[in-house]
Amino acid sequence: MKFWIGAALALAIGVGLPLLPVNEYVFYAGYVVLTYVVLATAWNILGGYAGYVNFGPPAFFGIGAYAAVVLFKWLGAPLGVQIAGAAFMGGAMGFGVGLLTLRLRGIFFAIATVAIIFIMETLMVNWRYVGGATGLQLLRPQVELYASYTRMLFAVIAVMAVASVAIARYVQESWIGRGLRALRDSEEAAEGCGVPTLRLKLVACTLSGALMGAAGAPMPMYLSFIEPASTFNLAYTIGSLGSAIIGGMSHWAGPIVGAILLGSLQQIITVTISNEMNVLVVGVLLVVFVVAAPEGILGLFRKVLGRTSK
Amino acid sequence: MFSLDLLFEALIFGVLLGCFYAAVSIGLSVSFGLLDVPHVAHPAIMVLGSYCTWLLATRSSLDPLLAGVLLMPAFFLVGVLVYRFYYETFERRGSDAAVRGLAFFFGLAFIIEVGLILFFGVDQRSVEASYIGKSFRFGDYRIPMRMLVAFAVALLLTFFLSLYLSRTFVGRAIKAVAQDEPALRLMGANPVRIKQWAFGIATGVSALAGAMLVIVSPVEPAMDRVYIGRTFCVVVLAGLGSMTGTLAAGLILGIAESVVMMLFGASWAPAVAFGLLLVVLGLRPQGLFGR
Repeated sequence: MKFWIGAALALAIGVGLPLLPVNEYVFYAGYVVLTYVVLATAWNILGGYAGYVNFGPPAFFGIGAYAAVVLFKWLGAPLGVQIAGAAFMGGAMGFGVGLLTLRLRGIFFAIATVAIIFIMETLMVNWRYVGGATGLQLLRPQVELYASYTRMLFAVIAVMAVASVAIARYVQESWIGRGLRALRDSEEAAEGCGVPTLRLKLVACTLSGALMGAAGAPMPMYLSFIEPASTFNLAYTIGSLGSAIIGGMSHWAGPIVGAILLGSLQQIITVTISNEMNVLVVGVLLVVFVVAAPEGILGLFRKVLGRTSK
Repeated sequence: MFSLDLLFEALIFGVLLGCFYAAVSIGLSVSFGLLDVPHVAHPAIMVLGSYCTWLLATRSSLDPLLAGVLLMPAFFLVGVLVYRFYYETFERRGSDAAVRGLAFFFGLAFIIEVGLILFFGVDQRSVEASYIGKSFRFGDYRIPMRMLVAFAVALLLTFFLSLYLSRTFVGRAIKAVAQDEPALRLMGANPVRIKQWAFGIATGVSALAGAMLVIVSPVEPAMDRVYIGRTFCVVVLAGLGSMTGTLAAGLILGIAESVVMMLFGASWAPAVAFGLLLVVLGLRPQGLFGR
């Protein structure tokens, strides 16, 4: 119940805030932070619960973005349809990746997902319809209700962030999450105990992929532009994986904490120092956490709480 | 558009390119193939080697190959330290070390890449030497001299490394670690020290590979990304830890890439390595010459 009150509150703020006369930059930066909330939460469904390291968020994100662009250019589809299409494409690709888990684990799985990013990028570079390597300029349609398109996109991504967290929480607390945790610890033992490992992995991959694809859908409109090199950038990998690891992978709240922290920090550093520096900071933070605090911020928090309660 | 002449030229170029790919992958073949370290930072370390070579070669007008060789001891030390650190923080703790180890090396690759951007900028860098820019005439075909140099060094490197692994005591110990670590422990040997040494060698070889990279083409900091695909493709296709397999797999990749480039154009080239990698992972994860 507490969760749903919090979710309703977050939703009200996300949708209501853009209606108020707040500085536009808040939404411009907030949009990116919330995108990372969706990506990290989605990544964690497979990476955190099931222990399969997916280096491919840019592939899912990118296929979502390009699906949205194609739908927009071809049919002039509204944003809602674009997001649905993007989620479908992301989910379909996730299903395919899920089939890969049949044979591949650990680093082999991770490297295979890197391969998917580059294959997708090469396909888009060579596809003239969506602009090829030079990219495609997009004209934003008119918005109603909100004062600007960016404000409307902020509200949309806020809804998506709340929805993806709710989905991740459901997965974690239902039999799916229990099964995924079992197969993370030992796939053979889980299979032996009657856990339908393949079906669970497919569910996790599809869900995770669909959410990442959906997260990519509004991005072309946000930038009014799409181009393969920045869409399929490995920076999305380090952002989503870093957020989940820094926040804590074992609980749905971890990726949110990590993404908000990391995303805000990145926005601040991009503005005050430089764009390169912000990737460097994320890399350093990721390595520091993975070495010194493998349970993430949530783990540190729990440790402190445990100590004081004794 | 298609002709036998062109195909023949693509084949020659593919063979040269393939040997070069084998050479840049051979370090990974040791660190990942033999030692099972999820070393996704291998290409990044190689590009770091290219930049160090560039620095040495332009500042003190050394031959880039010689600069690469001079860098090897320093990179060896770096490799030893990196493995030691990896062992202490991940391998020894066991449990889900794989997930965190991967994240660690991925983060390391990013740190190196961004460090290079901050230090050198995003511009392409290239070196100069007497053999760069010239080409060798062979009948009607012209072969760039730089590719021939890389080809020769690659062959030598592969030859000596496989000789080292099969003929010397330490080399055999490295292979033994790969085969059965607990057994080695029972024999009273310390597997960690052997692995440390082997990882050092793998990293040292990366310095020379980096020198070859900057000889073959200009380098830029983000170049490691596409080489993740090429190096892992070669190592996985070869079958983990097989040195002669690495050479064969490099040739397959080089020829495939060169033929695709001839038929469809250069913009499709990056997908070849990754596509081949996916196919191998999906159909035959143990590779061609798997252990």
